[in-house]
Amino acid sequence: MPGEKSEQNPLAVEHLEQAPAEKTYLDSNELILNMGPQHPSTHGVLRVILKLDGEKVLGTECVIGYLHRGVEKIAEHRTYAMFNPYVDRMDYVAAVSNGLGYCEAVEKLMNVQAPPRANYIRVILTELNRMASHMLWLGTHALDIGAITPLFYTFRDREEILKIFEKYCGARLTTHAFRIGGCLYETYDGFEDDVTKFSNFVEPKLGEYETLLTTNRIWLERTKGVGYISAADCKALGVTGPVLRASGVKWDLRKAQPYAAYNDFEFDIPTGQNGDTYDRYIVRIAEMHQSLRIIRQAVKAIPEGPIMAKIPKVLKPPVGEIYHSIEAPKGELGYFIVSDGSTQPYRVRVRPPSFVNLQALDKMVRGQLVADVVAVIGTIDIVLGEVDR
Amino acid sequence: MQGIWDSFVGYLDPSVQMTPGEYGDPIWALIYILLVFTGVSIAVMSMNWLERKILAHMQVRLGPMRVGPHGLLQPIADAIKLLIKEDIMPAEADKALFWMAPVVIVITSFAVYTVIPFGPAHAVTDMNIGLLFMLGVSSLSVLGIIMAGWASNSHYPLMGALRSSAQMVSYEVAMGMAVVSAVLMTSMNAAGTGTLSMIGIVQAQEQQQIWFLFKFFPLGLVAFFIFAVAMVAETNRAPFDLPEAESELVAGFHTEYSGFRWSLFFLAEYAAMIAVSSIGVTLWLGGWMRPFPTWHGPAVTLPWFWEKSNVLAHTGAVDLAFALFPALAFFVLAALAARATIRFPKHPLMRIQRIGLAGFGAVLGGIGLLLLVPPVRDRIQDISWFTFKVAAFMYMYIWYRGTFPRYRFDQLMQLGWKFMIPVGVVVLIGTAVVGVIWG
Repeated sequence: MPGEKSEQNPLAVEHLEQAPAEKTYLDSNELILNMGPQHPSTHGVLRVILKLDGEKVLGTECVIGYLHRGVEKIAEHRTYAMFNPYVDRMDYVAAVSNGLGYCEAVEKLMNVQAPPRANYIRVILTELNRMASHMLWLGTHALDIGAITPLFYTFRDREEILKIFEKYCGARLTTHAFRIGGCLYETYDGFEDDVTKFSNFVEPKLGEYETLLTTNRIWLERTKGVGYISAADCKALGVTGPVLRASGVKWDLRKAQPYAAYNDFEFDIPTGQNGDTYDRYIVRIAEMHQSLRIIRQAVKAIPEGPIMAKIPKVLKPPVGEIYHSIEAPKGELGYFIVSDGSTQPYRVRVRPPSFVNLQALDKMVRGQLVADVVAVIGTIDIVLGEVDR
Repeated sequence: MQGIWDSFVGYLDPSVQMTPGEYGDPIWALIYILLVFTGVSIAVMSMNWLERKILAHMQVRLGPMRVGPHGLLQPIADAIKLLIKEDIMPAEADKALFWMAPVVIVITSFAVYTVIPFGPAHAVTDMNIGLLFMLGVSSLSVLGIIMAGWASNSHYPLMGALRSSAQMVSYEVAMGMAVVSAVLMTSMNAAGTGTLSMIGIVQAQEQQQIWFLFKFFPLGLVAFFIFAVAMVAETNRAPFDLPEAESELVAGFHTEYSGFRWSLFFLAEYAAMIAVSSIGVTLWLGGWMRPFPTWHGPAVTLPWFWEKSNVLAHTGAVDLAFALFPALAFFVLAALAARATIRFPKHPLMRIQRIGLAGFGAVLGGIGLLLLVPPVRDRIQDISWFTFKVAAFMYMYIWYRGTFPRYRFDQLMQLGWKFMIPVGVVVLIGTAVVGVIWG
C-alpha cells in the first residue's frame, strides 16, 4: 500500500518540527512526497521533500545541487576577464545583471570608474534584462497556478528584449555584454530607437497581462494570503528583492547605494503591505513599469563619450578584498572578491538572491496546501543555475 | 431469419418515428451503437486537433503545423504513436486494478451515449429513466479514477485520485439540484406529469415552446449556470482540473499510465465532456430543436429541391434558412480550406500537402452538397442542431482552459458546498414554488 511504504522512507525528514495543530486520529497519516528534481513546476532541478498530512504541508526540505557547476571554484583558475562570461551562466535569465555586478566589483577593487556613457548603456540593458526576467517569472508563475496563456504573451514580448540584446552583443541569453572598465561594444545604429520603440510597444502589453490576472477571481483566491512572510522574517532570513519589498520594506539597492548611473534617474520603489503572493505579483508588475521609466529617461539623456575606462591589458588588482552588491531582478546580488595581487582572484564568493530567498520557502508554505507550494516556489522566483552555481 | 429481415426493413419505414430501442429491434440498435461509437471517436479526434489549434491561436502561436496541412493529420499521428508505444506497467502496481481502471472509465463514459437523443428518433434507446441512467453511469467513472490512482501505487496518482473523488462527489450534488429543477419544468403541462426520459424532456420543451434555459426567468438560467460549472468540475477540466493538475501532481491519477492505456483515459475524458454537454443541451438548450422553432418568417416560393419535404411542416423564409444552415456550415468550412490552399506556400515540397488540403476541402464541400439532398437534409436537421449546440459547449471548454487559473482544492470545495449547492437548493425550491403558483 502506498501509505505504508512511505513510512519507511529513508528520506523522512524527522528533524522538521510538527505543526502545532490539534491531533486527532485522522491526523496520523503523514505522507512524504518527493517533489522534483524532475517535476514540471520546480523551475528546473529543485528537489523539495514535502511532509504532508493529506494535502496540508507539515514541513519542507529543499535539496539543491543538481545544477552545481562549481562556478566559484572555477573563478580561482581564471583571470578576472576570463571569469566574466561564467557569471552569465548563474542566473541565466538575468545574465546582464550578473555581469554588471561582477564588472563593478572588479572595477571597485581596481579603483576604476566606468565612463558615463558606459554606465548609461549598462543601466538600459540591465533594466531591459530586469523586465525580461520579470516577464519570464510572470509567465511561469501563472503557468504554475494554472493560467497557461500569460506564458505565451510574456514570451512574445520578452522576445523583443532578446532581439535588442542580440543586436547589441550577438547573444540573446548569456550576453557577456559588459567588460571590466566599461562596455566592449558601442551601441549599434538605431539602438535608442529600438529601445524607445520597445518601451512604447510593451506598455500596453503589461496592461494585457493584468487584464488576464490582476482582478481574476481565481487568481486572487490563489494568491491572496498565500505564502505570507513578514518583514521581520524577511530580514532574519536575508530575503531581498521583490519578496522583501512586498512585505513592506522599502529597500532597493538602486536607491540605497546607487551604482552605475542610477543616481541620475527618477523612479519609485514599489512596495506591498501584505507580504503575500498577490503583493509580490503586484510589486513585480509595478517594477516593470518603473524599469520602463528608467529606460525612457536613460535613452533620452544618454551622453556621448568613451565607453571604456583606461585599464591595463593585464588586470592585476591590488591585494585586498571587496564586497559589491547590486539589485538584480531577484534581489541583492553580491560579489565578494579576494585579490592576492595576481591575475587570478584568490577567492570569489557570490551571494545569489535566489539561494538566500529560497530559505524562506519553508516558512511560507508550512501549514498551507500542496498547490501553494507550487505557487510559492514560483513567487520566490528562483533560478536553479543561481541557487546551485 | 425472415423475422430479423422484416424488422430490419420495417424500421426503415419513414412512418416509424421511434428509437430502435423502443421499436424493439436489436439489429438497428447495434447499428446505432456502432454509429454513435464511431461518431464519438471521430469527434474526440477532431476535438484533439481543434483544442490544440484554438488554444494555440488564443496564445499567439500556431499549434500543430507539420503533420499534414495545418496539422490536420496530427491526431492520427498521435494515435499511431500511442498504439506502438511500449506498454509499461509499474512493477509495484496492482496489476489487475491497473489493467481494469482505464477499461472502467472508457465503458462508463461511452455507456452514457445509449440514451443521448440526437433527434426524436435518433438515439439508441429511450429509457423512461434516461436522465437518471445517465447521471448514474457517468458518475461511475470516478470509480475508475480511484482504481487508477490506487493501483499505480505512487503518491501523485493517489493524491490525484483522492482529489478527483472528493471533487466529483461534491459537484454531483449541485449538478443534481440543477437537473432536478429542469425535470420539474417538464411537468408544466395539462396532465402535470414530468418525465426523466431524455427524449421526453426535449419534447416537453417543444410543447411548452420554450427552452428551459429561459423558463421562469432567471431560474432556468441560474440552474443552467450551476450545471455548466458543475459539468466542468465533473469532467476534471480547467479551471477544475486539480486531479490532473500538471504543475502540482505531474499528471494526477494517470501519471503512471503510458501508451495505449493512457490514450484510453484521454478518449474517456473527451467522451465524458461531450456526454455531459449533451445533458446540458438536452435539458436547457432544447436538444435537437433549432433556435426559434416557432418563428417561420414570411412564406416564400420554394425552390425546386425543397418540394419533397415531408418532415419540416412549415415553409417560411426562416425555416428555409435554418434548414439550409448545416449545409452552409460545411460550405464555409470548405471555403476556409480553399482559402488556406490558395495561401499555402508554393514550394514543390509542399505540393502533397496542398493537394491534401484541397482534397480535404473538396470532401467538406461534398458533404455540404450531400446535406442538400432532400432526404438527407430532412433527416439530419435534428442531429446537426444537436451537434452545433454541443460544439458550442466544447468551445467553451477550450476557452476556459485558455483563460482561467486553476482553483485550489479547498477553494474548489468551498465553491461547491458553500455556493453551488445552496444556490442549487434555492433554484430547485424556487422552481417548484413558481411552478405550483404560475404553472
